[in-house]
Amino acid sequence: MSILVNRDTRVICQGITGKVGEFHTRGCLDYGTRMVGGVTPGKGGEKVAGLPVFDTVAEARAATGANATMIFVPPAFAADAILEAVGSGIELVIAITEGIPVLDMARVMPVVKASQSRLIGPNCPGVITPGECKIGIMPGYIHTPGHVGVMSRSGTLTYEAVWQLTQLGHGQSTCVGLGGDPLVGSSFIDILELFQNDPDTHAILMMGEIGGSAEEEAAAFVKAHVTKPVAAFIAGRTAPPGKRMGHAGAIISGGKGTAEAKLAALRDAGIEVAESPADMGASLVRAMGGKR
Amino acid sequence: MKIHEFQAKELLRAAGVPVLAGRVATTASEAAAAFTALGTPVCAVKAQIHAGGRGKGKVKGSEQRGVELAKSAADAERIAAGLLGQTLVTIQTGPEGQVVRRVFVESGCGIDRELYCAVLVDRRVGSPVLIASTAGGMDIEEVAAKTPELILSEPFDPDRGLAGYQARLLASKLKLPTPSWRHAETFFRTLCRAFVDLDASLVEINPLVLTKEGTLVALDAKMTFDDNALFRHKELAALRDEAEEEPAETRAAAAGLSYVKLNGTIGCLVNGAGLAMSTMDLVKYHGGEPANFLDVGGGADVKQVTEAFRIILSDKHVKAILVNIFGGIMRCTTIATALVEASKTVGFTVPLVVRLEGTEVEEGKKILAASGAAIITADGLTDAAQKVVAAAKACHTPGTSP
Repeated sequence: MSILVNRDTRVICQGITGKVGEFHTRGCLDYGTRMVGGVTPGKGGEKVAGLPVFDTVAEARAATGANATMIFVPPAFAADAILEAVGSGIELVIAITEGIPVLDMARVMPVVKASQSRLIGPNCPGVITPGECKIGIMPGYIHTPGHVGVMSRSGTLTYEAVWQLTQLGHGQSTCVGLGGDPLVGSSFIDILELFQNDPDTHAILMMGEIGGSAEEEAAAFVKAHVTKPVAAFIAGRTAPPGKRMGHAGAIISGGKGTAEAKLAALRDAGIEVAESPADMGASLVRAMGGKR
Repeated sequence: MKIHEFQAKELLRAAGVPVLAGRVATTASEAAAAFTALGTPVCAVKAQIHAGGRGKGKVKGSEQRGVELAKSAADAERIAAGLLGQTLVTIQTGPEGQVVRRVFVESGCGIDRELYCAVLVDRRVGSPVLIASTAGGMDIEEVAAKTPELILSEPFDPDRGLAGYQARLLASKLKLPTPSWRHAETFFRTLCRAFVDLDASLVEINPLVLTKEGTLVALDAKMTFDDNALFRHKELAALRDEAEEEPAETRAAAAGLSYVKLNGTIGCLVNGAGLAMSTMDLVKYHGGEPANFLDVGGGADVKQVTEAFRIILSDKHVKAILVNIFGGIMRCTTIATALVEASKTVGFTVPLVVRLEGTEVEEGKKILAASGAAIITADGLTDAAQKVVAAAKACHTPGTSP
């Protein structure tokens, strides 16, 4: 078991004929993901990496039975690509694209909410269930199958955490990149709920960062609903207020979104906090109290 | 992207939001002429810098405030002379302050009450919201912390805009006199429309003024824009004032790097925003002070890495550099080659500690070892942090100050 994706997930890539889309489609194929096709308007009938290219998501879905999509469409058109995926009934929409205008996402959010689709991202590394299915840009080999659920707002920091877990002998059930933008399709809470209900996930490691209040909300949810051990790290303790730290979402404004407030909320919820980024894997081991 | 108050007011005026008449001046005599031309008994002379808190802020070495009222052309000239070319320190500029290059001379109005309003995107709601409060002219963060019941909030759909009833609801809760409601409805709805049309990330009107005539006027205006949406707003590009930005940050942005200058001594070069923030935290955790945030991104090449080092080294406070790369899509061999190339062209004046992990890490380490470059290699995050902090403490580069 795992969450969101497994060996049966059938994946298309929107933006497959672009350089990045093609590169990562090949990466996912190499990992063993069941990639079944791609979409680029106007390029239907072509082939990329041996996969059929369709003009529309609706056609791709009808022809391949795809139930997940990985979006690499450029920022100016990415919101429309998300709407197309949702409108075509794709269950899992993973938007990798970085740099989508926030108001475009504000237009997309109510449509996603009213649909049966789940959106992950945008501006995220993707989702991986080790050994079964990788949808996104993360390096597959650092992961190992196991029972720790991992979720994060950042890419390379997740790789770092996963690597630490793997080194410590703790494999992962599923790793989810939520995305670094102010508006993202799935929150920590959405994924916490899935991990809590997944019998194969025994513990949860989350990496948050400054800005917004998603971590505080996650802490409250953990306190009320999560029975599994949880460990967490918050990036940006040293970040000054008012400065955007790379991610559009990573900014302390109006005294809100500080690392201190987040850490206090996490501790209050009984979550094991990693003091240093070198301590992320170890904090999860502490949270588990020697169990596997 | 940030802009000046006078620019924000021009945009608001064009959008149909009521603002007062005003003129920009770059010399004291221009300020005097502006006062005369505006023809009102009182004008405000306001320093134009990309930071708030100007009214309470003071010019370095004098009692001159960032915003003062002038009752004559001579007054306006004196205030402008006290501001132009001087360094204004406010709670938002930090102790180093910002140089005032322009003043905005704005006509006065009869003020009945001062209110607050702002439009921004609320992450929890997932949509833009109009925020309003009766606590105008005050530090809104403090109001939110101490008296959250005074903060009113109405979410709206970007395409439908704020509904008329939402504007009336706010007018009622703000206890505006009934005859002013129609005016408030137009003001709030127009403001929300301008926010969406310009892809702003923040429009803040503090204070929003209820005039003695019962109309609403934006007495101050702060606007910032969504950098991700600037591609569809070519008209906004002309409003960028690079003189207000940290030169190294502008230079980094041009090279496709994300850089934020900080006040420490340890330069950081990292791939990925989250890891870059965490690396700063790591340095601090081990007793050092980070000199910057720098994310080289996922696909950095030799040129970008070289530019990144030049930018880091342009900060004379840097006493050591930590490179922390978790190779995912980016191979460690790529970054190692770039490091070696950069070390030849840049010429490092401070110790360089490198921690590589991930794709092709062994080959990457071999490239570094074979290069003969003066690079301190580290295994793992903790080792890297300890080594760079020790190197910075041991480094006494002549001519640099702490």
